[in-house]
Amino acid sequence: MQAMSEPPLTTAPPVVPASAARKRRRSFRDVAPYVFISPFFILFLVFGLFPLLFSIWMSFHRWEPAAGLEAMQWVGLENYLYVLTNDDGFRKSLYNTVWMAVVSGVPQHLVALPLAFFLHTAFGRWRNAVVGAYFLPFITSTVAISLVFTSLFSRDYGVINAALTGMSHVPVLGWIFPSQNIDWAQPAYIKWMVSSVVWWRYVGFNTVLYLSAIQTIPKDLFEAATMDGAKAWQQFRYVTLPMLKPMVFFAVTLTIIGNLQLFEEPFILTSGGSPTGGNGGIDQAGKTAAMHMYTTAFVDNDFGTASSIAWLLFMVIALVTWANNRLLGEKKA
Amino acid sequence: MKTTKETDVTRLMKPLLLGAALVLAGAASAQTTTTLTVASFPSFDLAVKAAIPLYKKLHPEVEIKLTSLAFGDHHTAMTTALATGSNLPDVMAVEVGFIGKFVESGGLEDLGKAPYNGLQYQSKIAKFTVPQGMSGSGVFAAMPADIGPGALFYRKDLLDKAGVSEADLTKSWESYIESGKKVKAATGAYLLANAVDIKDIYIRSGLQDGEGIFFDKKGTPLINTPRFQKGFELAKAARTAGIDGKIAAWSNEWSEGFKRDKVASQMMGAWLAGHLSNWLAPESKGKWRSAQLPNGAYASWGGSFYAIPKKAANKAAAWEFIKFMTLNKEMQLEAFRSLDAFPSLIEAQSDAFLDQPIEYLGGQKARQMWKVSADKIKAIAVDKYDPVANDVVNAELDKVLEQNKDIKTALADAQEQVKKRVRR
Repeated sequence: MQAMSEPPLTTAPPVVPASAARKRRRSFRDVAPYVFISPFFILFLVFGLFPLLFSIWMSFHRWEPAAGLEAMQWVGLENYLYVLTNDDGFRKSLYNTVWMAVVSGVPQHLVALPLAFFLHTAFGRWRNAVVGAYFLPFITSTVAISLVFTSLFSRDYGVINAALTGMSHVPVLGWIFPSQNIDWAQPAYIKWMVSSVVWWRYVGFNTVLYLSAIQTIPKDLFEAATMDGAKAWQQFRYVTLPMLKPMVFFAVTLTIIGNLQLFEEPFILTSGGSPTGGNGGIDQAGKTAAMHMYTTAFVDNDFGTASSIAWLLFMVIALVTWANNRLLGEKKA
Repeated sequence: MKTTKETDVTRLMKPLLLGAALVLAGAASAQTTTTLTVASFPSFDLAVKAAIPLYKKLHPEVEIKLTSLAFGDHHTAMTTALATGSNLPDVMAVEVGFIGKFVESGGLEDLGKAPYNGLQYQSKIAKFTVPQGMSGSGVFAAMPADIGPGALFYRKDLLDKAGVSEADLTKSWESYIESGKKVKAATGAYLLANAVDIKDIYIRSGLQDGEGIFFDKKGTPLINTPRFQKGFELAKAARTAGIDGKIAAWSNEWSEGFKRDKVASQMMGAWLAGHLSNWLAPESKGKWRSAQLPNGAYASWGGSFYAIPKKAANKAAAWEFIKFMTLNKEMQLEAFRSLDAFPSLIEAQSDAFLDQPIEYLGGQKARQMWKVSADKIKAIAVDKYDPVANDVVNAELDKVLEQNKDIKTALADAQEQVKKRVRR
């Protein structure tokens, strides 16, 4: 009885199940790419798009986060108006940001370009090791770097001050160097201090970008230049630089975006040991726009205004990037 | 055949299965474990760590899960948890600097109301600290767990060398600054790490119960007042006298200053003694002493609280645990011993442990002195915008000290900036 009720698998015509199987296989094939690519989209929706949209939504509200989502109050453009017309901290921090972006950013490229050319021409098999050494600061944790520099720049016990005051005892040369310890946290120095750390950190990254671009320049261009009697400097000026222009545009764009969002380095360098991070030091001279956003959110507890600062900062970055595009980008014929 | 076999088996199995089910059910009912999540920060979390085995004896059915984040991260995480209403712990540790913001947010249970009725214990707790856990509207949202009575720690050896006595330091602020000059001249050490400390104490002294430091009850900033004026003037005088090291607390310079005998005194919560002997200056054992703050000032530094979020899962169990942490004498003393957390429970403040000499402070019975201070601290009202005002005032004081800004202008500016930033 039981055996009879079993489906007659062996005797049935093979056409139907086979085609069904093929269909199933095909439909899985159709779906597979989406399944494989879905982790990115899920993560992007949750951690990318949603926070983005939520922060726009938030920027039109007054919201005290600790009171829960119900406490959001629609205020329209009030937050934006406040930041633009009345928020001294925003204006000051934006000025500081631009100042440090220029002072740390411009020398980055002025050093990285010739350095990349030098590494390309002067090093043979050791080139990668040297490039690695320059690249190391970029892959090291910002927090670790900032902590190390905090001790280097320490007023009473820092190596930098020890070296500077030590040099002041050297005869003849001594008069250039200070005999007293310099307080690097003073408003006059703090932007320089932060900028120098940022410069040190990213110069290697830019060098790698430029080096990789130099390596793609066809050798025959250099050979032809050599045949025409061009010296190393002329080769750099008339062959390398023009060929690097697209990469310069790309690297400068990255620097603009990165430097205008500067946060960790000044946050730790100006904290003076405070467990809740820095606020830019004396007269907030080292406070960047991103730090101002953080303070507004987590000290003032005003997430709405902080979100509007974020979007205003985004607009500034977009504007500067656009200007950079006009200046350095490929001209359309 | 097959079917009968099956039924036989089931028939045989039935009592067994039933029995097993009963056993399982019985076991479950015997252990109905509640998992209580506690969120805290170092080193305050040590109190919870110490409590877990003790609490297990009293309540074997409660499993305590402690999550601990660094001080700043903990309070940021709690802010976001309250904002979204998810990942909230049952018991939330809150430090006094964040209490205003959290209590007034409305996201925490009112422990003064039923079923908690926490205010009935008010008389058992150091009186200045209960109002700290209350919002302006009288919601008692955070239960005090420890307090930080202020003390003046000083280096007896350095003072002796300069011929300065303890009374010279504490008599008045003027004599404190004068003594600083002598110490500087005789030993080269700064009397205090940062002149800002003087302002911080001065603006807290002379307040009556219920008054706020930065704001009055209506939320008007009190910064442009003689109290701040004098605090700023004293800080400026100390800076001009060259007796402060211009060192921010908790920075590398700060700890190095203690290690290298460069700082002769520090005003802070009584718990600093533990930090000094553990890591700041263990080698200076026996050289430090504790005294009351200068000019008869009494102030508190720090202090920790426990709260229950409105959306917590196990509120009843959470309240039991909080009561154990804050009202159990043994537990309060345990925290006192293990992390120098001065007990908020008055009963624990009269224990024999307070009479023990502290070796690090040259055998001083300093804990008794701290109790005297704890009794005299006023109940200062907390405002959720205190951190904002503190930020603004310190920034303006920096300008006064570093850039010679006029004090009157600085205070007027600070008053305006606070008004602007809180936008009331």
